[in-house]
Amino acid sequence: MNVRELIANPWRKHRFLSLYTWLYLAWAIVPVVIAIGFSFNAGRSRSVWQGASLRWWIDDPDFSVLNDPTLVDAIRQSLVLAVATMAIATPIGVALALGLARWRGRGAGASNFLMLLPLVTPEIVLATGIFFTLVFLYPFPDPGTMGQIAGHVTWSIPYVVVVLRGRIFGVGPELEEAAMDLGAPPLQALRRALLPILSPAIFAAFMIVFALSIDDFVTSQFLSTDLHTQTVPMLIYSAGRTAPNPALNATATIMLMLSLGAIGLAAIGMKTLSRRRGVEADTADVASFRL
Amino acid sequence: MAILADRWFSAGSKPGCYRPPAVVRRRRKRPEPNSLTLLYPRAFWQTASLPGLLWLIALFLVPFYAIVSMAGGSLDPLSGQAVPQWDPTYWDRASFRYVIDQLVSSDGVYHIVFLRTLRYVVFAVVICILVGYPVAYHVSRLQGRRRGIVLALLVLPFWISYLMRMLAWVGLLNEDGLVNRILMGVGILQDPYPWLEGKSITVIFGLVYGYVPFFILPLYAALDRVQTSYLEAAWDLGASSFRTFVRITLPLSKQGVLAGVAIIMLPMFGDFYTAYLLSNGRPETAMIGNAVQSLLFETTFGYAQARGAALVTILALLVSVLTLYYIFSTARSTREAQRS
Repeated sequence: MNVRELIANPWRKHRFLSLYTWLYLAWAIVPVVIAIGFSFNAGRSRSVWQGASLRWWIDDPDFSVLNDPTLVDAIRQSLVLAVATMAIATPIGVALALGLARWRGRGAGASNFLMLLPLVTPEIVLATGIFFTLVFLYPFPDPGTMGQIAGHVTWSIPYVVVVLRGRIFGVGPELEEAAMDLGAPPLQALRRALLPILSPAIFAAFMIVFALSIDDFVTSQFLSTDLHTQTVPMLIYSAGRTAPNPALNATATIMLMLSLGAIGLAAIGMKTLSRRRGVEADTADVASFRL
Repeated sequence: MAILADRWFSAGSKPGCYRPPAVVRRRRKRPEPNSLTLLYPRAFWQTASLPGLLWLIALFLVPFYAIVSMAGGSLDPLSGQAVPQWDPTYWDRASFRYVIDQLVSSDGVYHIVFLRTLRYVVFAVVICILVGYPVAYHVSRLQGRRRGIVLALLVLPFWISYLMRMLAWVGLLNEDGLVNRILMGVGILQDPYPWLEGKSITVIFGLVYGYVPFFILPLYAALDRVQTSYLEAAWDLGASSFRTFVRITLPLSKQGVLAGVAIIMLPMFGDFYTAYLLSNGRPETAMIGNAVQSLLFETTFGYAQARGAALVTILALLVSVLTLYYIFSTARSTREAQRS
């Protein structure tokens, strides 16, 4: 092996780059794992290890996740928002994706543009706008749970469209044509020929919206009114520096598990749809749109 | 018209034997009616898009107008609080003038904050490129199973709440945290360093940590499209790997870097939680987002909210320049790619 073989061969193994990449991944992930670990700390500290226990999960009568009403409320609020957002944003988004994929002629370009715009708008701008609109313009909904749901739905619709759109283009008109040749009315052709094929993508969209909503902070914060509308990310924001104990880490861990579980299910849903392309490519497609 | 007249005269060179030119009727190019538009009832797909479009108009477009209206609003005499002015002809420009004044004059409140934000964002973006490029490059060269595993780990931080990831570092950077203990154990530090007490370096570090995954992914997508045949050609022609990188890979990944930079810059300009969590809410490291947040929610009395709205408007304008540049350059490069 000569020198040139060593330095210029495009197929050679990059040992240094490989090490660098693994170091990067460790840097990106290990701190979170440590934070999860501290939720099992026996003492009050979130930075000094004092032995293992389930104190902050279940044992402590006042401050554990199980017994502290503030933490329980935050988890419940996060879940309420996520489930409601999922239930509203996904159907609207699926209809919009179908419509935009097949709408020819006037207005299609402008509608597409409008749909993509929220993806490139900083969340602080959108949240401020929705806050003013709900406070001063619309009689319903007010800031609070309803307002937070409205904000999350606005934020999620484009993601649903992006997840669905590629799939719709991939299917083609043949199935519906066949269904209509056999006498199905349009709505039935749509429901019984197209939607079953899209169902894994729709399922994935449900899960992605759930994860987006659970992790959302800015919109929830701006449209919150009081402690009853506090979500877990808001709790971390307000108590992160001063929190007296690792129960906060335990709460964050629960949300992390929910969010990652949803994404895992979404990946499985995508995989059943397309075995040819790798799942990771799809997840990457979706994730790279996330701002 | 001139072209038309020219044709008429040249065609009728012999007097009395005028021949009208062939009519060139330009029809607007209609999209091909495919089977789906014919099979489904008229306006079926428009109706399907309607709920989504109405939602986005009501809760995305109208809110933009609401921000500007609030910025142009005046005081309600009863509550002593600014209220939005929906009629543009009555917009009060006082809030805008105040905010712009504070942004421009060298001792203005927002001037310092804005310059600081700019500095933090530029530093963080440059570090993100330096940290993220090698990772994206390496992953795009991986094959098979290993690539799948690395990609999954790369995407993982997307789905961990940003606040949770910052919380992890709050624990590590505490006075008695792991970072200080390691640095003291190695002997770099004698006493614990107060990382979380308003240090710029901590905030920039936090921004890099928070946003670098969002930079790597679009860059990875661009690098993945670089065909290996180009690299093989360079190898055949005797280029060193450095030269191959500089002359082939780097120019071809320019679009990906641009996309990544735009994607992380947009939220960074509005970020207020990183600085808050990693510096104990200290004013020394406050960014524009913190200024907006405190104007909007700390006091509703007087012009505070109108000024907050004005600041958000200016922020949105600034960021939209970036966004438009990104959208147009992406559109141009896809057009070029299609042509070649």
